[in-house]
Amino acid sequence: MTTQNNISEEIKKEIEEIYQHFPQKSAACIEGLKVIQKHHRWVSDEAVKELAQILEMSPDAIDSVATFYSLIFRKPVGRHVILVCDSVSCWMMDYEKIAGYLKNKLSIDFGETTKDDRFTLLTIPCLGTCDRAPAMMVDEDLHRDLTTDKIDEILKNYE
Amino acid sequence: MEKPLTQHIKNDNTWLSLKDYEKTGGYQALRKALKLNPEDVTKEVKESGLKGRGGAGFSTGMKWGFVPLGEDVPTPKYFVVNGDEMEPGSFKDRLLLEGNPHQLLEGMIIGAYAIQAQFAYVFLRWAYHQAARAITRAIEEAYEAGYLGKNIAGSDFQLDASLHVSVGRYMCGEETGLLNALEGKRANPRSKPPFPGVSGLFGKPTVVNNVETLCNVPHIIANGAGWFKSLSKTDEGGTKIYGASGRVKKPGLWELPLGVSLREILQEHAGGMQDDFQFKGVLPGGGSTDFLTGDHMDVTMDYAGVGKAGSRLGTGTLIVLDDKTCPVGMVLNLERFFAQESCGWCTPCREGLPWTAKTLEAIENGKGEMKDLDILNFQTRYMSPGNTYCALAPGAMEPLQSALKYFKEDFEKHIHEHKCPWKKE
Ligand SMILES: Cc1cc2nc3c(=O)[nH]c(=O)nc-3n(C[C@H](O)[C@H](O)[C@H](O)COP(=O)(O)O)c2cc1C
Ligand code: SF4
Ligand code: FES
Repeated sequence: MTTQNNISEEIKKEIEEIYQHFPQKSAACIEGLKVIQKHHRWVSDEAVKELAQILEMSPDAIDSVATFYSLIFRKPVGRHVILVCDSVSCWMMDYEKIAGYLKNKLSIDFGETTKDDRFTLLTIPCLGTCDRAPAMMVDEDLHRDLTTDKIDEILKNYE
Repeated sequence: MEKPLTQHIKNDNTWLSLKDYEKTGGYQALRKALKLNPEDVTKEVKESGLKGRGGAGFSTGMKWGFVPLGEDVPTPKYFVVNGDEMEPGSFKDRLLLEGNPHQLLEGMIIGAYAIQAQFAYVFLRWAYHQAARAITRAIEEAYEAGYLGKNIAGSDFQLDASLHVSVGRYMCGEETGLLNALEGKRANPRSKPPFPGVSGLFGKPTVVNNVETLCNVPHIIANGAGWFKSLSKTDEGGTKIYGASGRVKKPGLWELPLGVSLREILQEHAGGMQDDFQFKGVLPGGGSTDFLTGDHMDVTMDYAGVGKAGSRLGTGTLIVLDDKTCPVGMVLNLERFFAQESCGWCTPCREGLPWTAKTLEAIENGKGEMKDLDILNFQTRYMSPGNTYCALAPGAMEPLQSALKYFKEDFEKHIHEHKCPWKKE
């Protein structure tokens, strides 16, 4: 697991391309963080500092934005991120059973990453598929009508 | 029964391409609108009675009418589609985004023409990846076909559009929080006035509309305000995408005339309760609306009807509470969500919501006292409309205040028995 991730020339170019479309550079702050995360899976302190330079902002100003948004990761995450919906409709449809099963199976709690760096387990508010609760998202794939058996099958697809 | 919004949506997980959409009459309304004055487009939408489907129910035509038109006005003006859909228990916009992206774009372009905007953004929540693919492709197709860019459909109207994908937080759906997010900032709300119509994105006149709201617009322009009014059961106009989740037999989404009864949605469309489960209550329009109960089955599900019953139509997606689910646990789940999503800008919400969640947690875990009910009642007044910067906190109080009213005995039972009566030992 890397603990640092710097901004390569490639990332820098991508960010510069973005701020051209805005009246001010700082408007590309969220987009810039997204670009870094796309390449590195998370955003390190070092990357925050470098992004600050590119956008002519203070690192604190960048970080106040980065920490506000729940899907910008300021700590390393595993190769796959599991987001389990913990909102009301899923909660009524056995969320706790699903959550317990996942924690047990992966031997981690929410907010943690497995030792082999394979999965990070997080919760997410309503995934907008409440009629097929309970639901979770693994990376960019939506999985619904979850059962413990189904979870076993699903996780096999993420190495 | 007419279903203008959903009739062409396929159920095989694919969206209507530009060609498919044009075959259904797509982009004819835009051509028609471009031949009218912008003011007349707004007038037609105003006369249709269309109200915002994002929760607040404000007249769409009136909102457009606030934007200054003419030569000496601030430019560029912006038109923004609100596709954040993070209200717990709401899942209607996703269907429209994934199923028929051009219908949304056509509504957006007509709206942009009505306010004479130069830029349009579709603001989408991160988790809607399929919708992002659909919108990205649809924008490309619209540029290729000349529905975006310069000289749209041969007129001298010009509009550029792009997709913005958010990175989480319920506050991004609040109109002014959304504008701050689009500017690359924290999604704190802005004080109103000035309203976005006067000073919005980057300080320029801006309109923000919900996905479902805009999907109605091409149909209103194509068929007229009178036709739109005739669609609904009551006098508010149009159809509504209703939904239901929870222990009903057939959870899902249905486009129905605005103003059908709660009973019809629950019994006919959702198929009634699952065997072994009894109906106990329902949040009629997402997580931030007041509970209705079995006494409300004849309530008409339009803005006025649900309002008269003491709740809000909100997003129109029902969350059904059954007799085997603890109402205190359900409200606790909701208040935890609201506490987590509070942006922290104003004190009643920042301090009040975590306190509310902790109090409910104590009651749910059998550690509550009778005076906790007074504390909860106090919170509902402390965070009532007008006391906070945005509508998140008052919205959070709606399920709580109504649960305290309708399920008082259940709260008291937790306190007297020192445990949750629903928890199995
Ligand atoms: C905390 C909060 C979250 C909101 N989230 C959404 C949302 O995700 N989508 C939406 O359309 N409106 C949302 N709204 C309502 C918007 O502020 C706004 O009223 C709406 O987008 C206007 O569009 P409409 O008039 O077409 O309904 C939210 C409001 C609040 C207070
Ligand atoms: S009510 Fe809550 S979410 Fe809204 S501004 Fe105040 S702290 Fe932020
Ligand atoms: S509550 Fe889980 S998807 Fe909506």
